[in-house]
Amino acid sequence: MKTHPLRRYGVIALLACLLFAPFVAMAVDDPSEMLPDPAQEQRAEAIGSQLRCLVCQNESIEDSSADLARDLRHVVREHVAKGESNQQIMDWMVNRYGNFIRLRPPLTIGTLLLWVMPLLALCIGVGVAWWTFRRPRTATPTPLTDAERRRLSDLTETR
Amino acid sequence: MLSGMTRGSFDPHDIHAPALNRPVPDFALPDQAPGQGFSARDLRSLKSPVLVNYFASWCIPCVAEMPVLNALKERLPIWGIAYKDKPEHALGFVQRAGNPYARIAADRDGLAAIDWGVSGVPETFLIGPGGVIRWHTASPITETMITNTIMPLADSLKS
Repeated sequence: MKTHPLRRYGVIALLACLLFAPFVAMAVDDPSEMLPDPAQEQRAEAIGSQLRCLVCQNESIEDSSADLARDLRHVVREHVAKGESNQQIMDWMVNRYGNFIRLRPPLTIGTLLLWVMPLLALCIGVGVAWWTFRRPRTATPTPLTDAERRRLSDLTETR
Repeated sequence: MLSGMTRGSFDPHDIHAPALNRPVPDFALPDQAPGQGFSARDLRSLKSPVLVNYFASWCIPCVAEMPVLNALKERLPIWGIAYKDKPEHALGFVQRAGNPYARIAADRDGLAAIDWGVSGVPETFLIGPGGVIRWHTASPITETMITNTIMPLADSLKS
């Protein structure tokens, strides 16, 4: 019997959901941390996923179970509940912990240098290559002196 | 940067909290026995410099810096803030290690610390007259720090 196409899509959709399910799970340890309003909670999670946990450093505060991360999550939710914008909350954090707390650093002279470094390296490489190949590969040898020429003809004649 | 990493003067994990030359944030913390609590207003009304030290009884580096702080307390007043600590534990800690603090406040939920840009204990701030943060470190205080940095800066702030 042929499977109904809808059922097949259903199975694929279910598999896809299962595949991506782990990425949806956040490390909020305790459901009581969450804001009652789902929209606000979603915003708080979005902001928190952009903030570095200063204890574990490569984890966001949403992913980390460190004490400080939990406190920072709490602070973010407090500010969200107060109705502050994402930018305001981000600024509040940067004001206290510097740009290091942002997992996505802003464009500054330092980070700009980082972005253009491959291009810069390529330009330097091309420059060095051009400078090297521009010069003639073999320099014209100094002409033989009369004595050398005589010796050369002597040698070739004996052979 | 690379040479700084080998010499130890550059650490990419360092948190450069932009606390310097700013007035202390608004806060008011209750007493922690055996000391008396304090608030931002107390620090802002100061005429001479004070060292503010975040500590906790559960923090090993804090134990290590206690003898150094005890040697310093005669020359520079030190005010302590017990970070996320049970009152009886903080009291026990101060009694065991010898109390270097002129005043001790309790930051039980750790939220005042976040306002200060504290990412862990111990962290120490030198507060100049008017409650302005003049120096800050997120590592334990050492003799070298006191002789080379803290005391010269504190003396210059006095005059």
